[in-house]
Amino acid sequence: MTDYQPFEHEQDDTGVDWNSPEMQARLHRRNIGDRFFRFVGFFAVTASAFFLVFLLGNIAQKGASGFLQTSIEIDVAFDADILPDPTNLEKDAFAAAVAQVNMQYLIRQALTNRFPEVTGRRDTTRLTRLLSSGARAQLRDIVIKNPELIGTTHRVSLLASDEIDQVVKGNTDVSVDEANRKLTDMELGWLQSLESEGRVTKDLHTRFLTSGDSREPELVGVWGAVAGSGLTLLVTLLTAFPIGVFAAIYLEEFAPKNRFTDIVEININNLAAVPSIVFGLLGLAVFLGLMGMARSAPLVGGLTLALLTLPTIIISARSAIAAVPPSIRDAARGLGASPMQVAFHHVVPLAMPGIMTGTIIGMARALGESAPLLMIGMVAFIVDVPASINDPATVLPVQIFIWADSPERAFIEKTSAAIMVLLFFLITMNGLAIWLRQKFERNW
Amino acid sequence: MTNSTILVLIALMAMFAFAFMRQKSVAVVGGATEALHSLPRYHGYFAALLVLLPGLLVLVLWLATGKMIVENLIVSGLPDELAAVYADRIDLLINRIRLVAENGTGVESDESILAAAARFNQLYARGIIATLVFSFAVGAIGFVHASSKVEPDFRARNSFERILNGVLATSSFLAIAITLGIVASLIFESIRFFQQVPIEDFLFGLKWSPQTALRADQVAAEGSFGAVPLFAGTFLISLLAMLVAGPVGLFAAIYLTQYASQRTRNIAKPVLEILAGVPTVVYGFFAALTVAPLFRSTGAWLGLDVASESALAAGLVMGIMIIPFVSSLSDDAITAVPESLKRGSLALGATTAETITKVLLPAALPGIASAFLLAISRAVGETMIVVMAAGMRPNLTANPLEAVTTVTVQIVALLTGDQEFDSAKTLSAFALGLALFVLTLVLNVFALSMVRKYREAYD
Repeated sequence: MTDYQPFEHEQDDTGVDWNSPEMQARLHRRNIGDRFFRFVGFFAVTASAFFLVFLLGNIAQKGASGFLQTSIEIDVAFDADILPDPTNLEKDAFAAAVAQVNMQYLIRQALTNRFPEVTGRRDTTRLTRLLSSGARAQLRDIVIKNPELIGTTHRVSLLASDEIDQVVKGNTDVSVDEANRKLTDMELGWLQSLESEGRVTKDLHTRFLTSGDSREPELVGVWGAVAGSGLTLLVTLLTAFPIGVFAAIYLEEFAPKNRFTDIVEININNLAAVPSIVFGLLGLAVFLGLMGMARSAPLVGGLTLALLTLPTIIISARSAIAAVPPSIRDAARGLGASPMQVAFHHVVPLAMPGIMTGTIIGMARALGESAPLLMIGMVAFIVDVPASINDPATVLPVQIFIWADSPERAFIEKTSAAIMVLLFFLITMNGLAIWLRQKFERNW
Repeated sequence: MTNSTILVLIALMAMFAFAFMRQKSVAVVGGATEALHSLPRYHGYFAALLVLLPGLLVLVLWLATGKMIVENLIVSGLPDELAAVYADRIDLLINRIRLVAENGTGVESDESILAAAARFNQLYARGIIATLVFSFAVGAIGFVHASSKVEPDFRARNSFERILNGVLATSSFLAIAITLGIVASLIFESIRFFQQVPIEDFLFGLKWSPQTALRADQVAAEGSFGAVPLFAGTFLISLLAMLVAGPVGLFAAIYLTQYASQRTRNIAKPVLEILAGVPTVVYGFFAALTVAPLFRSTGAWLGLDVASESALAAGLVMGIMIIPFVSSLSDDAITAVPESLKRGSLALGATTAETITKVLLPAALPGIASAFLLAISRAVGETMIVVMAAGMRPNLTANPLEAVTTVTVQIVALLTGDQEFDSAKTLSAFALGLALFVLTLVLNVFALSMVRKYREAYD
């Protein structure tokens, strides 16, 4: 928009001299007002964009290292006296025998061999704490997989503890006074010594994407939560989609226009704006209190989220159905189709892309929802990956909430990494919805 | 044998009914399907619905009431001495029994409770079998009925469509049922709460500390349920959020509709949509871990004492979350103003800014006001940001640098973890939920009716 210029001719019939200095100043003021408005508007938009970039950048910067994990290579002597002999044992019996072995002992031996100067019970314990408490299980799996190692000394890579991991990643400030940090100078010295030998590696942490929750940050994984989210959304989709689409068909195609359908319509619009936590209270009172369903199960979570997404699906399905031109209905009626056949054979298939788009967006919202699920007990510490809709489970956003509450420093990057996983799914779903809309949208 | 098996079996039976009746209708007319009033598949659909719907109804009834029935049976069959011990705390007993029934025998040592749990499992398994038999029975009746109807003159399509119409109508009434369910469960539990705590104490009391005595003789555990500090905290955080989201959202809408080029719009709109699509738990994490420490250190630098869970941090981040909400609704309201009004103003020599302030905004005012009301309702009901970034301690203050708590935070705090269903502490969450529901409902109804009225003025 260009500034307003004074008129070319000097005077018009109002008798006002538009080119007088006062008028010029006035015009200037008005133009400044306009530019100010424009600037404030531009600032508002940029500020929103800045918030988004800052938010996502902040999460990505914190979370990127959550996909990596520090391991320490140590030379473990697979002592044949301690470990069972694989030659005269069945596979399962061997595995069971290995599970009995105190792997912590092997680890301690390996570490004290490397640091012979460390003596004393307390320092040795410190030394073994360089490694994660999951290192034992790792070592056990290595032995079970490679029985031929027994009797030899082999260099294996084991998970470092979360504190060490944070130091290696540079997330913990080690320059502060020794009394104010968790790791002592001695431990940092060991770490440095191991690093100088190239024994400290940072690798992609596949465990993070494949396992369930844990108390130890270096052992946690999002897969349990992802599976829980998947099962929950499955229940939501299977209940909310048919009911929502049926309701939309009825309201658009069959409902008589009367007071009652007006009420239904107002009611649906209001329901869409009810705070999500209220749906959680409803789920708690009805599904858990009245029906006595199992707490923490994806079944209850899915049903609660179905109540929440139903209005969204109905509203979007209605607008998709309303967008199908009446000529389609008239043509089908003219060929002898019954109203039900018109709806199910012609209108709904044509409206399906729109309905699908609305449903996917509704599902994406349900995926990001956590407040109602806190009400129905999906906020539990669950290690196992849920396998059915009746198993106790948690969902991705609630997992994020749980981790965000954990005090360990290392959980910050794990939480951020889990957020990145959640955002990945959300972007995929929304991208799918946009793709569907663009591919199948038609202008009648 | 589980409930889902019943579902699968009913579905299989319905499929069989479909295939059978379809064939039968063809067979009845000796393959000359033109002699049938309805196509063979409609005979099949009709039969399938007659089998499926009654069977599902039985299953749903069992799912909804099964555990309750079994529990009542257990309670009436309890040994007398146990029933006497738990005379007035029967819920506690049921909880213990349920815990064993669900999690195995490891959690309990009391013999009679273990026995009751075993009986629970046994009765429940029997109930499932009974449901299966019963749903099959009603399915079979439907099947026989449909089978007797297969004749050339039977209007299978019309009958099928009548039933289907009923199914469609039921689906849409379910939306009403949800609202009724919300209202009923909130009011029901709230009434139980207000029997223990007077309603005026709840609405006007200034002290919120929802600890109730576990034993009657316990001292210093008298809970007080004055919700005013929670309402005040909710109001403060919502106000802060609106101070951010209101101007930013409105000016973004003005800029995007009046000044921005098509290219800017194509970039800015998706940005706002993404901002709206970010889950609230992410905002909460951001508020708690980035914004709050930032404010705290900035405050310390300025010599101000900022709480680590300050209302300001939660309010600001909530405001960011609501920006897209305000901007898209205001955008709609501004775009809905007839183009002729805007052109007329510009033609009279007004600058764009003058057109906006003197013509567009007054004309779009009802729409913008309703956008703000809906945004406030969003802010009041928002949970995760405040749960993660606002405090837990009730605090009656107007200072945004202090920590306050909100209605939603307290609901979450009261209801997470195990709880008994009839203590005042648990029930107070429902009273808070009712207050929240009523407040947002009033805001929504007001906002939506305003939009509706406004539309009528220009169309």
